[in-house]
Amino acid sequence: MAELWSGTLWPLIIIVAQILLIVLPLLGAVAYLTYAERKVIGAMQMRRGPNVVGPFGLFQPIADGVKLMLKETIIPTGADRPVFILAPMLTFILALIGWAVIPFDSGWVLADINVGVLYLLAISGLGVYGIIMAGWASNSRYALLGGLRSAAQMVSYEISMGLIIISVLVTAGTLNLSEIVEAQGNGMWYFIPHFPMFVIFIVSILAETNRAPFDLPEAEAELVSGYNVEYSAMTFALFFLGEYANMILMSAIAVVLFLGGWLPPVDVAPFTWIPGIIWFALKICLILFIFLWARATFPRYRYDQLMRLGWKVFLPVSLVWVVLTAGVLMAFDALPA
Amino acid sequence: MAQTEIKSYNLNFGPQHPAAHGVLRLILELSGEVVDRADPHIGLLHRGTEKLIEYKTYIQAMPYFDRLDYACPLNMEHAYVLAVEKLLGTEVPPRGKYIRTLFSEVTRIINHIMNTTSFALDLGAMTPMLWGWEEREHLLEYCERASGARMHMAYFRPGGVAKDVPDGLLDDIYAWCDRFEKFMVDMESLLDGNRIFRQRTVDIGIVSQEDALNWGFTGPVLRATGIPWDLRKAQPYDAFEDMDFDVPVGKTGDCYARYLVRMEEMRQSMRIVRQCIEKMPDGPVKVDDNKISPPSRPEMKRSMEALIHHFKLYTEGFKVPPGETYTAVEAATGEFGVYLVSDGTNRPYRCKIRSPGYVHLQGLDLLSKGHMLADMPANIGSIDVVFGEIDR
Repeated sequence: MAELWSGTLWPLIIIVAQILLIVLPLLGAVAYLTYAERKVIGAMQMRRGPNVVGPFGLFQPIADGVKLMLKETIIPTGADRPVFILAPMLTFILALIGWAVIPFDSGWVLADINVGVLYLLAISGLGVYGIIMAGWASNSRYALLGGLRSAAQMVSYEISMGLIIISVLVTAGTLNLSEIVEAQGNGMWYFIPHFPMFVIFIVSILAETNRAPFDLPEAEAELVSGYNVEYSAMTFALFFLGEYANMILMSAIAVVLFLGGWLPPVDVAPFTWIPGIIWFALKICLILFIFLWARATFPRYRYDQLMRLGWKVFLPVSLVWVVLTAGVLMAFDALPA
Repeated sequence: MAQTEIKSYNLNFGPQHPAAHGVLRLILELSGEVVDRADPHIGLLHRGTEKLIEYKTYIQAMPYFDRLDYACPLNMEHAYVLAVEKLLGTEVPPRGKYIRTLFSEVTRIINHIMNTTSFALDLGAMTPMLWGWEEREHLLEYCERASGARMHMAYFRPGGVAKDVPDGLLDDIYAWCDRFEKFMVDMESLLDGNRIFRQRTVDIGIVSQEDALNWGFTGPVLRATGIPWDLRKAQPYDAFEDMDFDVPVGKTGDCYARYLVRMEEMRQSMRIVRQCIEKMPDGPVKVDDNKISPPSRPEMKRSMEALIHHFKLYTEGFKVPPGETYTAVEAATGEFGVYLVSDGTNRPYRCKIRSPGYVHLQGLDLLSKGHMLADMPANIGSIDVVFGEIDR
């Protein structure tokens, strides 16, 4: 009995507690990201944003959540019911399980696996299934076009993202995310040597998460709402939560790879007092702000232009950069052991 | 090899669609994302305006024109009152002419703000819309101060305007022009040089000069192809002959050229607005003929004759001598014409409306063939269709 307790049950409880410790704050962050988005874009457009529900409209996300939960889930007659229900769940689950390998602070990571980067690539690669399933199962033409666009878009941009990550990996010499962060401990965060890649990575994660100016799958002007046009209530909310959780996840990856994760910007007294997780959160906020800023500023790309940018610009540039990085590191004998 | 028949993918674009600018129902035949055929359907907003007008007196018919192109209502009214005046043979006093010119340019700016910003919104740029509508709101307020209504002003009358502008309004409009110039610079900084905006608009929906003339395009759509045809210059009405302004033309006839022409037209409209205010003459705003325009309130309390005139005007209306006229104005969207036939009674015998949007809409297939689905909103936005005037 004691064996069962200390061998199986207790570790299980610990793991569940750890998962909850990640997922619950994450959902809170998602809720308040929607609030921040509306406030930030509101300010950029010279209006106020939500300001009625609670002080400064702070309870608006809660009100939205309650509304979406209480509404009826409508399933269109022609829809493929199991797939239709499964698609939003898949999107949401995939947006959450990516967080398992993200290091929040030194040692604060749920699964400190050695191939963390590959795990993340796999998870974000699967993310497209949720959308294409939704587009297909809805049995609606707008949704189908949205799903197809999304599939093409996410596949294209994953390739350039993968190549960008390779240049980081070559520099760090590891696939473990915590070690990538620690490799930037000398103050040389990777966005400095890899600046062009950092820019391309930021643009690619905009495309990967289907955010403006790459929000073609849900382009309101053409496809009304794209793949999620037939969804309502909680099924829609799961897509919505999934999209925003994905935004935060992608920002976290960008922070880990390029902005030194939990490390303070300067390794001296007042900065080192602040715990690493705060730095990590602040850097994520910075990237998220870029997401919102882009949405308020840019028009939307057209489908073929998006493909051209992905395949004819980002892919060659990032490929050249991989070769360049490897070449420079070889030439100066600076390859990590 | 077995033959397979490929069925094109039909997409119902509208009538309930965020980019359809009203109740446009567009049947798109797609192969992939490329549009093979765009088939616009009309009639969902048909209200029988032309027929209704036949059963109204000349003054009662006037407010119907506001409800045609509700984005630039005073241009519509302008065409109608000019047509009635032509049949009546009345001459409008100078102040009335200047006020009408001023407000038809104000509505042109109102329309172009709405069109250019919602065009940007259709392409996914949200911010210009929200910035622009604040400026538009100021203009609508000025219209409200002059006429009492924000959108459907019903301000022009055969023989002048309903009433003089209130004190201080002209100064406020003048001051607004300075602010608006700054706004336009801001808005252009968001759009004009933006690579994505250019990629989405340049070489999209090209209309050649020949096509534009054959299809009967007018207004910014025609001028974007390089033909400087503007009724305000070609056959000036009201005070336009006293005004110094240029007619902007484009070179390429694509969506971007149409957008640029509209932006420049707003600047030219501001020039006209400023000149109108600077040169605004004093005097009456409507003809001093109580058979056509109603007497003033105080007059009615004093004079029996004025009271009778008032009663007759608002029950029977005025009689218009037999005749017919086609009168056209340069509305914000293009040539808006009214073909009015009078049989000598107090009601029009026939009123045929030539709306520019109707003509432009039938060219949508010409514009869109071979472009992608995402270019449809750009094309629809750039020809500036308003269904109030298309369906009538």
